[in-house]
Amino acid sequence: MDADDPEVLISARGLTKRFDDFTAVDGIDVDVRRGEAFGFLGPNGAGKSSTMRMVGCVSPPSGGELRILGLDPRTDGPRIRARLGVVPQRDTLDEELTVAENLVVYARYFGISRKAAHAKAAELLEFAQLAERAGSRVEPLSGGMKRRLTIARSLVNDPEILLLDEPTTGLDPQARHVLWDRLFRLKRQGVTLVLTTHYMDEAEQLCDRLVVMDAGRIVAEGSPRSLIEEHSSREVLELRFPDDDNAPWAGPVTTGAGVLAERVEVLPDRLLVYTPDGDAAVQAVHAAGLRPSSVLVRRSTLEDVFLHLTGRLLVD
Amino acid sequence: MTTATPVPAAGRGAVLRALARAVPMPAGAGMARMLVERNARVYRRGWLLLVSGFVEPVFYLFSLGVGLGALVGDVDAGGGVLVPYAVFVAPAMLASSAMNGAVFDSTFNVFFKLKYARLYDSVLATPLGPRDVAVGEIAWAQLRGGMYAVMFMLVMAASGLLRSWWALLALPAATLVGLAFAAVGMAATTWMRSWQDFDLLNLVVLPMFLFSATFFPLSTYPEGLQPVVRALPLYHAVELVRGLCLGLPDVSMLGHVAYLLVLGAGGVVVAARRLDRLLLS
Repeated sequence: MDADDPEVLISARGLTKRFDDFTAVDGIDVDVRRGEAFGFLGPNGAGKSSTMRMVGCVSPPSGGELRILGLDPRTDGPRIRARLGVVPQRDTLDEELTVAENLVVYARYFGISRKAAHAKAAELLEFAQLAERAGSRVEPLSGGMKRRLTIARSLVNDPEILLLDEPTTGLDPQARHVLWDRLFRLKRQGVTLVLTTHYMDEAEQLCDRLVVMDAGRIVAEGSPRSLIEEHSSREVLELRFPDDDNAPWAGPVTTGAGVLAERVEVLPDRLLVYTPDGDAAVQAVHAAGLRPSSVLVRRSTLEDVFLHLTGRLLVD
Repeated sequence: MTTATPVPAAGRGAVLRALARAVPMPAGAGMARMLVERNARVYRRGWLLLVSGFVEPVFYLFSLGVGLGALVGDVDAGGGVLVPYAVFVAPAMLASSAMNGAVFDSTFNVFFKLKYARLYDSVLATPLGPRDVAVGEIAWAQLRGGMYAVMFMLVMAASGLLRSWWALLALPAATLVGLAFAAVGMAATTWMRSWQDFDLLNLVVLPMFLFSATFFPLSTYPEGLQPVVRALPLYHAVELVRGLCLGLPDVSMLGHVAYLLVLGAGGVVVAARRLDRLLLS
């Protein structure tokens, strides 16, 4: 777990980013190993994007240590960036160029020869399922297509690390699944993925390991499964009562009905009852004569982990 | 066992480090040409757009230089050399066309790429640094100024307004003019907040175009105003290009060249540092 280990591609110790008197990233420790898919999960404003910008060598750290591919971003920015792929939160495609030109020109920024750039562009258009749009302008493409083109663009230099900042934000479910499929392929090819997301399903789908960030700090770290095991119950019973306020029902459900609950969270529109056995809890609720308007038993997710750790939801 | 450090190399390093400290210049990867290539690719489709800024000085040349010139007669081009008015005005329009091309690209186009297209955000994620962006865009704007100058010179040649083989040197001179204005234009653009701020640009460029000894010799300006005119960058551009076009080279041209070089170099450094501050926070 030290910066000299060649298998540790990104190593941060006490990494801090301050803007005037606002601290966006507040002393985080992170290690990303070769070949893994590593995630930063947290709500908007947690410091995920600031962290990604520092790792991408486009934002100097205000404090702490940061090594990327064994190099120091303060002095070796161009050399590091030559080996990174970056998918920014907002598409920054070149709208004055065609789809294919976006890839060719971007490859040229990496000093790749014209011939190799054209070959790479053709290959990546296939990968991004955009081959038939090669000569099209960028502007009329759908959101999902633009995102795939941005990912294709980030791969022109065969990066060792791919940084994805909120890769599927703003996409419809179908486009998200197409994108996830492409990212899985990259992972299988051995590309190290580092992504930020505020979607817990995305984090669960893609990440081998992740850190949960809140207000610039890391509040938990582990695999999605271990985080859920550690910070939540096996199952969750969601109850809605036909009232404006669900809070008064928390008492009757736990003590009154004797539901075996590790914890109860009161949300504006529902109660979340954390329990090892959801079905038994439903029976206990009904046996006590309580009549919720809707009942749902589900597995715990990272959303529950985040709620437990911070008292807030990921997506507000 | 070689333990002795090669002294000359260390000395060079020290000099370079001292220079780097004296002029803090943001990082780059020496790949500015890739941005020039990108711009050339964009204009391969829209080359007609290139012509737009070129026609203005041509119109001035024919309306004022040729049309009004018929009423004005000969003008003292300096040192008692009398030339027809059109011959006097044409070199000034050549310098102005180089300025126009450079200013247009380094202000409007750079502002669009910086604030709306956010082109440099994606460029800076590659090995290119702010220095590459500044050098690349300024070089491109300078090229555009140079292209205008070449086209304008063809118009001058066709109209019989060239008097000397020295005029060939007016082309590299016009390219230097392009560099100076491109660099200052791009540096200024980094402070622009909205399109409204471009009114200020016009407020600077238009008076400078009219009052840089472009349409009448410096000697006709009031005594008190002459130092002001001499301070304007376009004045130095016009004097340099006019001297060459008329075949009247003299030592003062070195001063004009130095003025434009300093302006260009200063603009490149300021533009790169501003981009660093704006985009790499």
